[in-house]
Order: sequence, then C-alpha cells, then structure tokens
Amino acid sequence: MLNLFKRKSKDTESSPREVHIAKDFLDPFFEASRALPAIEFRNVYLAFDDKVVLDNVSFKVRQGETKIILGRSGSGKSTLIRLVLGLLKPDQGEILIDGEDITYLTEAEMMDVREKIGMVFQEGALFDSLPVYDNVAYRLHENKLPEDMVEDQVRQMLAFVDLEDAIDKMPAELSGGMRRRVGIARALVGDPRIVLFDEPTAGLDPPTARTICELAIKLRDIRDASSIFVTHEMKNLEYLCSEYAIVDDEGNVVLEDEGERMCIINTEVIMLHEGKIIFSGKDEQLRASEDKYIQRFLSGKIEVE
Amino acid sequence: MNPIKKFLFELQETSFLIFYAFVRLFRKPRYIAESIRQMDEIGVGSLPIILLTGFFTGAVLTLQSFDTLASYGGQNETGRLVAYTLVRELGPVLTALMVAGRIGSAISAELGAMVVSQQIDAMRALGTDPYRKLVAPRVIALILMLPLLTVAADLFGIIGGGVVANGLFGLDYNVFITSARNGIATEDIIGGVIKPLFFGLIVGSVSCYKGLSTKGGTVGVGRSTTSAVVVSSIVVIIADFFLARALQHLLD
Repeated sequence: MLNLFKRKSKDTESSPREVHIAKDFLDPFFEASRALPAIEFRNVYLAFDDKVVLDNVSFKVRQGETKIILGRSGSGKSTLIRLVLGLLKPDQGEILIDGEDITYLTEAEMMDVREKIGMVFQEGALFDSLPVYDNVAYRLHENKLPEDMVEDQVRQMLAFVDLEDAIDKMPAELSGGMRRRVGIARALVGDPRIVLFDEPTAGLDPPTARTICELAIKLRDIRDASSIFVTHEMKNLEYLCSEYAIVDDEGNVVLEDEGERMCIINTEVIMLHEGKIIFSGKDEQLRASEDKYIQRFLSGKIEVE
Repeated sequence: MNPIKKFLFELQETSFLIFYAFVRLFRKPRYIAESIRQMDEIGVGSLPIILLTGFFTGAVLTLQSFDTLASYGGQNETGRLVAYTLVRELGPVLTALMVAGRIGSAISAELGAMVVSQQIDAMRALGTDPYRKLVAPRVIALILMLPLLTVAADLFGIIGGGVVANGLFGLDYNVFITSARNGIATEDIIGGVIKPLFFGLIVGSVSCYKGLSTKGGTVGVGRSTTSAVVVSSIVVIIADFFLARALQHLLD
C-alpha cells in the first residue's frame, strides 16, 4: 500500500488522515497508551573519565512525535541515542521507555526493550559478512520466524526504501546512500514503535539525504512511530518541520507542505551544546531565538568564543 | 592508568568475558551452526600449517640430536627422544602458538573491525548478544579443535623425525618406531591433550577480549590484533610451565 511516491501541491482536497485521527481518539485504550511518553530522560548525567558528555539532560518524546536533536559534532548527540538503546548506561538520572525505567536493566532484560526500538546507525553499520537480504532479515532470523514470512517482510521493507534490486548484493557493493537505506530497512523490520536516527544523512548527496528525510516523514505520519533524529544539517530540520505525508484517495503516499490545511505539531527541536540542552521547542521558535549561539549555528558561523 | 592497574583491569575483563561466554552456553539461543563454521575455519583451516610445523619440528629434532645420541651409542633411542619431546611439550605449545598467530589475529581483527564500524552496537541494538553469537562459538571451537590439531602435529612430527633418521642417518624405521612407542606412556598423551584445552581457552578469550575492546578506528584494529597475538602467545608459554608442573603432580 505504501508504494508510489508523488508530490502534491497544497490545494488538493481533504485527506483521509484526518478521519483516521478522529477514529483513533474514540478508542479508550488509544488515549491511555498515548499518555505515556515513548522516551523520557530525567536529569541524565554522563561523563567519560573527566569529560562531561551529558549534563543534567531532561526531555520527553511523546508517542508519535519526532524529536530533532541538533548540535555540533561532539556535543553528545550520538551518546544520547546510545543511552536510549542501553548500549551505554548513564552515571546519574533515569531513562524511561514507554514508562518503563531502563536505567538499571541488565543486558539480558534490555534485549526485550530493544525489540521495540529500531536504530539507524551513522554509516549504516551493516554486517559485512551477510548479503543485504540477511542483513534486513537479521532480527527475524534471530527470532526464528518461518522463512516465507521473513522473505515477505524483507521484500516489503526493501520496497519501502526503494532498494528491491539490491537484495542479493553484499554491503561492500553498495554506495553510501544505499547502505544507509538498507540500514533503515533493517531498523524498521518488525515494525518498531520507536526509531532512532543517528546522523542518517551525514556525508550523503542532497537528493539522497532528502530521500532519507522523506522516509523519516513517512514513518512519523503514516506509521505513527516515535523517533529521535540526530543531525547537524539544517536542511533536514527544514524538511521534517515543514512537510507531512498523507495517503491520498488512490492510496498513494504523498508529501505536502505545512500550510493552511495542516500544521505539523508533532515535531520538536532540541539543541545540545557541551552536553546541555540550550533550546527546546518548535522550529519557528528556534529560528526566532535571540540566543547568540543558536543564531550562529543556524547561519553557519559558529566560531563562538 | 598505571601498568599494574591496567594489567589487573584487563585480567578482570578477560575473566568476565570467559564467564559470560560460558554462562550463556547453558541457555538458549545457542549458535550451533556458527560454532561448527568456526570449527571448520579454525580446525580444518589450520591443518596444513600445523602439519608442516609438526613435520619439520620432528625432522629438525632428529637432525640436531642424532649425532649427540650416537656419540653415547644411543642412536637407536632417537624415536624415544622425538616422541617424548613432541607429545609432552613441543606439540601442544607450537600448535597453540601457530593457532594464536593464524586464528587469534583473525578473530581480533574481525571483531575489532566490527566494533569500529559499529556492527557490534548494531548487533546489540537488534537484540543479539555478541558474547553468545560471536565469542562463545569461537572460544568453544578453539577449545575443541586445539587438542585435535595437537595430535595431528605430534603424529606428523614423529613421521618427520623418522623420515630424517632413515633418510639422512640410515636408521631403520622399525627401530625408530619401536623406541618412539617405548618412549611415551599413556600419561604423556593425556597430558599432551589436556594442555591444548587450556591453550584454546587462552587464545580464544584473549583474542576476543582484545577484539571487542578495540578503540580508535583502523589504527586501533591493528593495535589490538598485534596485542592479541603477543599476549596470547606469552600467556600460552607461561601457562605451559604451570600446567606442566600441575600435570606432573597429577599424572606421574
């Protein structure tokens, strides 16, 4: 169903998505599960030796929300994402996933939490020794699903990232952008409710970067996944905060610009600087901010004293 | 960190790694297919170099000792000397050193490259325990394959010794083999097979630990590969002394 991808202008007729939302809110269980944030950081503090990486960081990612985390390289963005997965443990503070405190879970207990989370790594982090098919199917193979089901899901996922042709290739044969997209497909198999993007567009050409942002938008609006999108590229912020995906009358997924008909309310920006959150809010507020550091970051002149 | 602290830290971490890998053997999921693949790679793959090493070690033992033995009139005991030395000492240690060079380096380079390219993180993120999937099969394969390789090395060493004794010094094959059989007792063979079990554990755990603790990109991979081979070789040689002493105590 999520096939053909066309862009539409603002003045198309009413979208079926609004109907969906109305229906969802009638379901009593729906609201209850909505109340818990998907990810919550409470006063998280982390230091490597004597270098403070995250200093008293608190924020929430609501269900279905996308949090964009901005910041310069080395500001603790990737570390923050590793904390969500439990690959690292904080020195102080708590991290909650769907209301469950994961801070003190053991590695074995963490495995169940990780089932809910898909992670897209910076360079894709594909397993070199396995072809694309086995990479994408990794989680399903580990769960010992029957092979015909695995193949269905893998083909569907590769279609989602538009890479059906690469199914038998080895990771070494793929370009950087393709590897990244296979990484996305692998992260999305099993339909995780939470998706983490660690600089998914770094080092990619603008059209490929745009494709990846479109995937993130579709994920947010069509699949209703909660996500953290770590980036330092302002273009990504612009795409994610100004466009949304809907299913049109023919069942195709289309992107529309934010405007009179619909305003994006489920994407917020956090800015990290030296391990602290220095901004949290909407993209419009970010642009309107009078903070000198933020202004310099946005304009690209970041040689702060 | 000062060197002593660093050493103790690494010892602790390697012990934990061994512990984790073994605890996980008793609970599912186990990666049996992966273990068999590793056994093929480690055992069958190392066979040619182990056979060559064994053969020429036996050959050179005969070459160097024949004249000395002959000066005492003991040339008929060459087989005994070669068999005894190989089965008790040289077979296990040389096999372990060759495997440390060939397999230890490969393991730490592979795991190290997986660490720097975030594949280990990705594996954990996808809900697989790297100790279970990567460490346990390799350590188990090494523990099981090393005694077998040692036996093959011993055998080829005795053959090599016999060939040289016959070809260069004109000693009859029957004399050589009879003295070799008289030279080794069952305890020697048992001792010679117990040692490589421990050497397999040492090479496997040191290489996996070094690989998984890789830091600092491709340079780090090189560094951890080197230190995996160096550390496991040295530990094998040191452990050999203590094992030999313990086995003397237990078996003789």
